[in-house]
Amino acid sequence: MIRINGLSHHIGPAPILHDINLTLPRGKLVALIGPNGAGKSTLLRLIARLEPLQRGRVEIDGLDLASTPTERLALAMAVMGQQTQIASRLRVAELVGFGRWPHHQGRPRPADREAVENALEAFGLGPLRHRFLDEISGGQAQRAHLAMTFAQGTDWLLLDEPLNNLDMAHSRALMARLAELVRGSGRSVVTVVHEVNYAAAWADHIVAMKGGRIVAEGPADTVLTEQVLSDLYDTPIEVSRHDSRPLVLHHHWHDQLGAPYPKASDADRFPLH
Amino acid sequence: MDRTAATLIAALMALLAAASLVWMFQGIGGGNRAFILHLRATKLAGLVVVGAAVGIATVLFQTVAANRVLTPSIMGFDALYVLLQTGLVAALGVAGFAALPVAAKFLAEVAAMSLLAGLLFGTLLGRGARDIPRTILTGVILGVLFRSLSTFLARIMDPNAFAVVQSVSFASFGSIDAALLPMAALIMAGCVAGALWLAPRLDVLALGREVATSLGLRFDRLVLVTLGLVGMLVSVSTALVGPVAFFGLLVAGLAHGLSPSARHAVLLPVAGLIGAAILVAGQTLFERLMGQTGTLSVVVEFAGGLFFLFLLLKGRVR
Ligand SMILES: Nc1ncnc2c1ncn2[C@@H]1O[C@H](COP(=O)(O)OP(=O)(O)OP(=O)(O)O)[C@@H](O)[C@H]1O
Ligand SMILES: [Mg+2]
Repeated sequence: MIRINGLSHHIGPAPILHDINLTLPRGKLVALIGPNGAGKSTLLRLIARLEPLQRGRVEIDGLDLASTPTERLALAMAVMGQQTQIASRLRVAELVGFGRWPHHQGRPRPADREAVENALEAFGLGPLRHRFLDEISGGQAQRAHLAMTFAQGTDWLLLDEPLNNLDMAHSRALMARLAELVRGSGRSVVTVVHEVNYAAAWADHIVAMKGGRIVAEGPADTVLTEQVLSDLYDTPIEVSRHDSRPLVLHHHWHDQLGAPYPKASDADRFPLH
Repeated sequence: MDRTAATLIAALMALLAAASLVWMFQGIGGGNRAFILHLRATKLAGLVVVGAAVGIATVLFQTVAANRVLTPSIMGFDALYVLLQTGLVAALGVAGFAALPVAAKFLAEVAAMSLLAGLLFGTLLGRGARDIPRTILTGVILGVLFRSLSTFLARIMDPNAFAVVQSVSFASFGSIDAALLPMAALIMAGCVAGALWLAPRLDVLALGREVATSLGLRFDRLVLVTLGLVGMLVSVSTALVGPVAFFGLLVAGLAHGLSPSARHAVLLPVAGLIGAAILVAGQTLFERLMGQTGTLSVVVEFAGGLFFLFLLLKGRVR
């Protein structure tokens, strides 16, 4: 499991995360939800050692983040950022191939090639394998990045808004694949999602963040309630049920035309410089 | 390495070999054949070392900077080398400077240069400073600063010292410093071996800080090491022929354009070979066939400068 103790983070003078204590269970699909600026990406990036830890402790399956060599961590978790821009001119298959880097450090073996093929296959990238990344659509590029993360073959997958740019069918396919990884191969997934119904349908555990704090966590039934969600997003939200799961309705508020933007979160309010 | 890459490298090698043969044996005859051959061989070695060093340094630098319009010299690397040299002359006096053993002096300069380059440009390109216009501007300003410091030091020195400094301040492919050549060639070979060894890691580095870090690459350390290599390669070429501003840009642009793969195991040798081939072929053309010893530097700089403008105007900064 991932254990987070007393994690706080500042950017300049602005506090972004406030003393976060959180345990993410192994073998579960965990969804991280919350409004823009809540600190979801920051939390994920800290766990993924993409930002230096300022205060607090993070442990991944017993590996202390601060003291474990980064090469070792790359065998334990794979990360996909919210906005990944690749400057070099690569083909889809080459990008996916880099997912195996932590295993071979530049000398791919047959097992690595096989993992790459599987990942390409899993994301329907076969026909696109020789295309350059700057010559495919946004959703196709997103799938290529996801395939790279999958190819890494780690116990933990940390994904920041993996549904960005994906159409309905691919979104659903991705969530199904994540669930399959979790239930079939015992892997653990932590993913940020904005479309809460995907969390409702697929997640085993939901963590809700706001203003740099965890405000609710638990199974879908306890977190995805009208009360919690309306407070979380500062906007009226209706929750119904479908297939014995919560179904969140937020597109039907015609009387809200011209409604003000949700009020600023704590984090938004701090002056930065 | 796939077949197209191997073919490209073989073709470039053949081109370089052909140009070298013309350079060595064109119009030779008469008595002092051995002497002329020796002279030509020395110069050929110098051109190859410089061309390869500039090409490889530029590709390495562009990978670290994640941008295709920057070169070490646009960022003031060679100005830093000239400043280092001037500082040494100023501190030791011409006599003292001349008295130092050439090889030791050169080694010390190269070491100092790679250290400074790593520290200075590592900080500059470090966290969050990947904003291209700002990086270019900072580099240009640093270059001007280093150059004016050199000029200032030269001004307050005596005329002899000034002449010594002048000789390293301008590019000239016609007059290569032969005394430095063996040491320079050795350092260049070491750097190339190092760069090739790092090639797979450089491929990961090119994915950007985020992705590279999540794949377990020690990003900052590799940036420092690579900039250190760039510093050494620039020292080598600057010591041999003086500063060249845009030539590297031309070579790296051609290398990226011609290479079928973005892998550094291909890019680096291609860039080295293109750099060497352009210099050898160009010098053969201008010095031998047209009798213009000093023209090559002007022409390659002009072509490189045009290419720089082309990249900027096309907005192809990545
Ligand atoms: N580089 C930065 N400089 C200054 N502030 C930042 C920076 N990155 C993030 N922040 C601030 O930190 C807070 C948390 O940002 P974060 O990206 O973690 O939010 P998020 O929950 O991922 O939001 P979103 O849903 O929009 O992706 C926000 O208030 C944001 O303005
Ligand atoms: Mg985010």
